[in-house]
Amino acid sequence: MKLSYFPGCSLDGTAKEYGSSTSAICQALGLELIEVPDWNCCGASSGHSTNYLLGQALAARNLILAEKQGLDMVVACAACFSRFKKTNIALKENAELRGKMEEIMGIPYKGSFQIRHLLDVIYNTVGLETIKKEVTNPLKDLRLVPYYGCVIVRPHELTQFDDEEQPQVIDNLIEAIGAESLPWSDKTECCGASLALTRVDIVKKLARGIVEMAKEAGAQAIATACPLCQANLDMRYGEDGLPVFYFTELLGLALGIEGKNWLERHITDPLPLLTSLNLVKGE
Amino acid sequence: MKVITIAKTGDEETVEPGFAELVQQISGKELRQCYHCLKCSAGCPINFAMDWAPNQIIRMVQLGLQERVLSSSTIWLCASCETCSTRCPNEVDLPTIMDTLKEMAIQNGIRSQQAGIQTFHRVFLNCLREYGRMHEVSLLALYKLLTLNPFEDMGLGIKMFRKGKLNLLPSRIENVHELETIFRTFGESKRSKI
Repeated sequence: MKLSYFPGCSLDGTAKEYGSSTSAICQALGLELIEVPDWNCCGASSGHSTNYLLGQALAARNLILAEKQGLDMVVACAACFSRFKKTNIALKENAELRGKMEEIMGIPYKGSFQIRHLLDVIYNTVGLETIKKEVTNPLKDLRLVPYYGCVIVRPHELTQFDDEEQPQVIDNLIEAIGAESLPWSDKTECCGASLALTRVDIVKKLARGIVEMAKEAGAQAIATACPLCQANLDMRYGEDGLPVFYFTELLGLALGIEGKNWLERHITDPLPLLTSLNLVKGE
Repeated sequence: MKVITIAKTGDEETVEPGFAELVQQISGKELRQCYHCLKCSAGCPINFAMDWAPNQIIRMVQLGLQERVLSSSTIWLCASCETCSTRCPNEVDLPTIMDTLKEMAIQNGIRSQQAGIQTFHRVFLNCLREYGRMHEVSLLALYKLLTLNPFEDMGLGIKMFRKGKLNLLPSRIENVHELETIFRTFGESKRSKI
């Protein structure tokens, strides 16, 4: 299956391991990702925070380029995903915005394609049955808490995907690849990523709270599907934090893909945990 | 604009009777049906750091307390996490309203105590305009310098660099001129001044 793919800035920078693990598992699961040509930053969150129309226009350029590809679009970053969903509606409702963007790009926009988060595609299009069949290295004895963060699942009218207060998709994926998914309190708490550089005090408090709750639930690590969540929880706890995995990395390991170059990039080193459980080979 | 005296305290307060109407008109979102059940404020992860709770902002908009609202830290600290809008029984879209209030504050030249956040947004958008994509090193360095806090997060920055998480050089998209047109078309907010 072919999909238009929007990686977003993080996957090319601070979240390179999310980008490379996404490419690897999609290839293994038969999804052909075709990058949106010449995509730009979606503008989150400075665009929409300071100038509504500019925020919409920055995201709209990508939607126009993606629609031209004639495929449904998959987005890996939660913030980009949420922006595109909102902008798709704005382009349909605001004829002036649409008209100006069509003029700038020289391409008409109908919004006749789907915009989906990667988690949705892996779960609902590839499906758990296929994934289970492909697992060669079940992540046995790995105790994880699923962390969804904010805008992948809410508000539901926008995301059209899983439950907004008690989502299950990452939980079920974790179980499908042989690991244990623990119930806990903070699966949809916000990590405060939009204040990551500006109010470090607030973000540290939020990230610490979430990691503490994960520890209390008995988790050895956290599984997430957002580059901003991963960065905050991985970097802002300090010493004695928990490893924070992208769900694509966990899936990759379970599918038997060599993922050292992903795992080496984490700030909180996940290799001691994985080696102790024999899930990756030691040095 | 009207000055009223609060009976209980004797304080004077400036009230703009048309403020709620204007915020609704600009944001395209209803806020009059808020009956202050406090679900938004109870669920807000940043509430502890705000000067006014989210529902108090809505109440002050309803009452026309324009100056207080537009100079508050709350509007800048909102993380757009959508917890409030998900739980609101009256479908008040607080994150969008908070965005509108920030935009109105900028338009009217109101600097809040959260001026650093405004600076961040400006640096971020300038970087986007220049390259078409985010370049974290430029963003980090320029922002921390402009806010006179160059050493905050330097240790973390070095760690990230060692882990290969930071690209030293920015990558520029091919048709960056399209972004220039977008910025020129939409960059200056077309929204009305108060």
